Amino acid sequence: MMRKQQTFSRGLSDKVRKSKAAPEIQKNPFEVKINRKKFDVLGRKSKHDVGLPGVSRSRAIQKRKETLLKEFRLKDKNNKFIDRRFGEYDSKLTPEEKILQRFTLERQRTQDRKDLYNLNEEEELTHYGQSLAEMEKMTDVIDSDSDSEEKGLLSAELTATHFGGGGGLLRKKSAGDDEEEHKPRSRQELIEELIIKSKQEKRERQTQKEEAQELTEKLDQDWRSIQNLLAHKTPKAERKDETDKPKLDQYDMMVRELGFEMKAQPSEKLKSAEELAREERHRLQTLEADRLKRMMGDAEEEAGQTNTHISADDMNDGFMLDGDDRKTLAYKDGKWNIEGEEEEKEEEEDEEGGEEEEDDGDDAEGQDEEEEDEDDEGHCDLQSDEGSEDEDGQSTEEEQECAEEPPAVIEEQKKAVQEAARAELPYTFPAPESYSDLKQLLQDHESEQQCVILDRTLKCHHPSLAAGNKAKLQKLFGFLLEYVGDLATQNPPDLKTVSALIPQICGLCQMFPEAACKAVQTLLSDSGHSMEETLEVKGRAPMPDLDMLVLLKIAALLFPSSDFRHPVMTPAFLYISQALTRCAVVSLEDVCKGLILCCLALEFVSLSQRIFPELLNFLLGLLHLSVSDKHNTGYTVVSPFRRQGKNCDLLVLKDPSVSHSWNRKPISLQTAHRVTAQSPVERDHFRLSLIDSCLDLVKRCTSLYKDLPSYAHIFQPIRALLLKHLPVEGYPAPLQDLHREILDAIPEKPSQHAPLVFKKKKPIPLKLFTPKIVQILDYGKKRGNTKEEKEHERLKHKYKREFKGALREIRKDTRFLAHEKLNDVMSRDAERKRKVKELYGSLATQEGEWKALKRKNRK
Amino acid sequence: MASSTESNVKGENSQVSYKKVINTKTVRVLQNKKHANDIFDIIEYLQSEKDKEIIFASNACSKIFCQLFSRGDLYVGDLPEEEDLVNDDRSAEEKYRIFMRHRYSSCVELLLENIGHKAFQVKETSLCALMKFVAAEGKHPLQNLDEHFNFPRELLQTVVEHLLSEKEDMSLLISRFQEFLEMDDVRYYVMSSVRDNIYRVMARNKKAVIPVYQNNVFTLLSTINVPSEASKLKKFLVKQDYKLEEWKVAKPKEHKRAFEQMWLVFLKFKLPSNMYKKILVILHDSIMPQMSDPTLLIDFLSAAYDIGGAISLLSLNGLFILIHEHNLDYPDFYKKLYGLLDPSIFHVKYRARFFHLVNIFLSSTHLPAYLVAAFVKRFARLSLTAPPTSLLILLPFICNLIRRHPSCRVLIHRPCTAEEPCDDPYVMEEEDPAQCHALESSLWEIKTLQKHYHPDVAKAAMKINEPLTEQEDDISELLELSTFQLMERELKAERKTIPLEFDTPTELLKSSREVLGVHFSLE
Repeated sequence: MMRKQQTFSRGLSDKVRKSKAAPEIQKNPFEVKINRKKFDVLGRKSKHDVGLPGVSRSRAIQKRKETLLKEFRLKDKNNKFIDRRFGEYDSKLTPEEKILQRFTLERQRTQDRKDLYNLNEEEELTHYGQSLAEMEKMTDVIDSDSDSEEKGLLSAELTATHFGGGGGLLRKKSAGDDEEEHKPRSRQELIEELIIKSKQEKRERQTQKEEAQELTEKLDQDWRSIQNLLAHKTPKAERKDETDKPKLDQYDMMVRELGFEMKAQPSEKLKSAEELAREERHRLQTLEADRLKRMMGDAEEEAGQTNTHISADDMNDGFMLDGDDRKTLAYKDGKWNIEGEEEEKEEEEDEEGGEEEEDDGDDAEGQDEEEEDEDDEGHCDLQSDEGSEDEDGQSTEEEQECAEEPPAVIEEQKKAVQEAARAELPYTFPAPESYSDLKQLLQDHESEQQCVILDRTLKCHHPSLAAGNKAKLQKLFGFLLEYVGDLATQNPPDLKTVSALIPQICGLCQMFPEAACKAVQTLLSDSGHSMEETLEVKGRAPMPDLDMLVLLKIAALLFPSSDFRHPVMTPAFLYISQALTRCAVVSLEDVCKGLILCCLALEFVSLSQRIFPELLNFLLGLLHLSVSDKHNTGYTVVSPFRRQGKNCDLLVLKDPSVSHSWNRKPISLQTAHRVTAQSPVERDHFRLSLIDSCLDLVKRCTSLYKDLPSYAHIFQPIRALLLKHLPVEGYPAPLQDLHREILDAIPEKPSQHAPLVFKKKKPIPLKLFTPKIVQILDYGKKRGNTKEEKEHERLKHKYKREFKGALREIRKDTRFLAHEKLNDVMSRDAERKRKVKELYGSLATQEGEWKALKRKNRK
Repeated sequence: MASSTESNVKGENSQVSYKKVINTKTVRVLQNKKHANDIFDIIEYLQSEKDKEIIFASNACSKIFCQLFSRGDLYVGDLPEEEDLVNDDRSAEEKYRIFMRHRYSSCVELLLENIGHKAFQVKETSLCALMKFVAAEGKHPLQNLDEHFNFPRELLQTVVEHLLSEKEDMSLLISRFQEFLEMDDVRYYVMSSVRDNIYRVMARNKKAVIPVYQNNVFTLLSTINVPSEASKLKKFLVKQDYKLEEWKVAKPKEHKRAFEQMWLVFLKFKLPSNMYKKILVILHDSIMPQMSDPTLLIDFLSAAYDIGGAISLLSLNGLFILIHEHNLDYPDFYKKLYGLLDPSIFHVKYRARFFHLVNIFLSSTHLPAYLVAAFVKRFARLSLTAPPTSLLILLPFICNLIRRHPSCRVLIHRPCTAEEPCDDPYVMEEEDPAQCHALESSLWEIKTLQKHYHPDVAKAAMKINEPLTEQEDDISELLELSTFQLMERELKAERKTIPLEFDTPTELLKSSREVLGVHFSLE
């Protein structure tokens, strides 16, 4: 009833607050205040067009009552927590000291106990107020299970007495006992009886429990005594004994087993040879397409977008080279043996005992075979299949004829030699830290052995094996290049070894394209720089040495020369260009080097069909060297050749009759180092070979550039030279054939071409008047132009608003408090007045009574 | 004599002894006229085998004679023969002076000879001693010529004569001599004596080319710089006391004239071709501005221009100055310029200078369209043999020309007759730009260069595919570009990915597109 009254007294506005959107109130014109808008803005929704001032005020007051008023009432009445611990507010003490002091105080306090002289008793440790010592004792005895079982059980009587009310119990009891005793018992008696009963029950339960405990303990002891006898029994059996589960049906077990059995995983279908070939072709096609794209120069922009580098050899199967830790197949005692860490361990051992091993060859050989198979698996099998039957003579011929076939010539003997090489070498090598280390490592070995050494070094220091290996191998690439350069500059140059080392170099390059790129770049830049310097000082520079030529060739093997722009190949192009235009040709060696450069240049552009003016100039110049009569030429030779002068007859045959004894064979690269031919006939033969190569290159150029618009103009000087000046009559027949072919290929008259026009441009679309969309952060006045200024203004505005709001709130708070205080005062005054009135009233009655008494007495 | 016997006694002593001997004798000669004969011994040292002795003796001689000059102990006037002295009735004092004067002239002769000595140190000290004599003689003239200003022209002339040797390269000594050329009077008289010397030498050699001599002359001439203002002419070796204003040497105009005459005389004769290059390189900035009338060089320049090759290219610079600043009318200038264009222009050292000038010559917008088109077409044709560094200049240059002369746009855009293939009407062999039909042609060569191996060149060539932008390309910073710089630019460019060749090679001479392996073998 009271509650109801209160709700009524709260008034209408409070009601609104409780039921927020009471529609009748919102419609009540006396409650609603309409904020007049000055003008309408289309599409703008305003929250504040209709206000309910009464509602909101009452809400605010209520909120204040709940928060501010409470605080006010409790003002100066709250407890304060004062930390009385020792040294709590003493900033001079360090924490350690503080703790020490506190500890001593604590000890002192315990020392002051009453039972100070009781030596036996230690300080009692407690947990949740219970003695820990007690608890320890209990653990032995009390079984938690038995407790929990009883916890939930309450006797019916107990519940009845506790909750059913006294009356029920009384009635029941009385109904039951009436006949037996016929004597109504008082409530007191009944309760006493109940208590006794329950106590008795409890006791019984306890004794029962103790008995059970004793029994189990006894059982345990008995068990322990016989446990020794059963020591060998399996734990499973033990469990079976203990858990008395029902025996599972065999059928069920079978079903379950079948259900849980792993289903056969679908293995990847073995690919047929055809499929493999198709896949390979597809891969090559994508790579080729990629190469063409780079050639066109489109990829340059895209390169920035692709984040992950995909190696050219990547098969798009997610296989990462860095994570390559496949276990290699090996045999042990005629059985397969999958070695992983074992192998490494072995290798480590070998490292230690490397020297020993070399001594006792027999022992090592046995182990070697294991290693060998790993190494050879890739290609040796193939080679041995094809090449084992070949004989010496045949093979060399074949090699010349069909260069496309895989290297099919590895004889048994050679293999044996390789095996021997492997046998001699230790398995692990330290990664060379400097160039001289590498040189020492490789120097005194055959080329096959060097390959094996490098292979093993690479394996030992694979990046997946240790953290520092990557850097080591990256350095190794640079050293290898240096080593190759050294081999090429030797006299005589050891180019076979260089050739043999190519797979290793290539493998390293595939592993670390960046490092390889850097290394080649450095060499190119160094050589280019030195050439530039000699040019500045002397005006002419010598032709680059064989090491640079080999490096350029290796670069072409490692990197694609057809790219529109390539960090290695573009400088290499420029290097060749520089060499072909600025390096003096003063000897047959220089001619040879120049020809090698021309071959390289042609190789570089053969796919992309890019024009290389220096190449054509140089070929023209070389042919010019073979012209004996240099007057009245219909062409101009450019640097480094001159029309006349010293060294302009380098390729003129001294004796034209030697051409009969000449036959075509490839020129040795070593001649770039030093021409071995001494006799005049040999020298003339050499000249003829050079001219032959030169003509062949020209022929290749004509077929390469025949689609260019200025094809005829480009080859016009060469044509003029070949037609009128070259002494073809004195040359052997193959050369004459070549000469004729070239002349046939170059048209006399330039071909016709359509005049140039600009590319058709896309039509420019009309201007469309789409509205400009500007993001509006805040409505209202906009000052400031930049984003920062706008943001600043917005924040300032917000701050101002907030400040005003806070001020208003404070004002309202103080008003509210003042009001409350006044109310207090008023109510206090009213109370006082009431009490005074009461006193007056009582006094008046007293007075009245007293007067009445007096009047009575008087009467 | 005593000194010679002494010096023969012991090798190690000689070094100290000759110094002692020369020193004591110098002192004795100067102290007392009685010991005048000791001068013979000193002069004899000038002919010694040992360089050090010559040097020491030269210094001693210069010391002695300078002192004698200041004392007035050298005979003034025409020198009588020494043999006549014996029966002459002159005073002893006078005889002494005549004697000393004879010793002086023999000393000078020996010193002049020593200019041609092997050792540079000897040359240098001799030259210095002689120049000291020049200064002393100027102060105390040996001839009584009142009306003339005192300057020992004869002595200086002989010095110059020996400097400009016909057999030996004297460039080192000449650079030492440069120090004296800072004196205005020395310079003036050197200039006039050089002029006379060239006349004489060339006449003697019947106007043939004498490379060593001409090289020496050039070295000397190129060190001479005429000061531009009169106020600066104050540095004289020989101080003149009066009528300074009337002295020729004090007038900068005279200096300029002497300078001009000297050069003109030098250039009048036939020169070796490398000398042409040397002269032309410095002509425009160190010779022409110092001449009073540079137009006089026109003969030389047009002769050089007609030689052809690099010399023609270089003479362009001088011609340009004459045409531009001195109103020279040069008939068929552009025709000749057109004739200069051949494949070698891209390979010469002066490529940058040439392109700079051609750029200036063709910058006029008043040139006829046929001419510009002829140049453009010829450049385009030549670009087929040019190295990338030149192409990087040439392609923007061609684009610039087409921008400047919109009527040449047909070279890269001829829409009316499109789709009809035709021959190239341009005639490369035609020497007259008006007759070569360049304006009817198209730049297929640039189209060809779009397939150039260097990416930047290909990109530059691609520009003709679309209408050219209004803004001209700046080629000035490309002019000095070298191949190595291009290389470095490529090497330094940051690249994220490095594409690799996907065919894994197995051998050095085995790849998918092998050319090297076809012609060469490993063995």
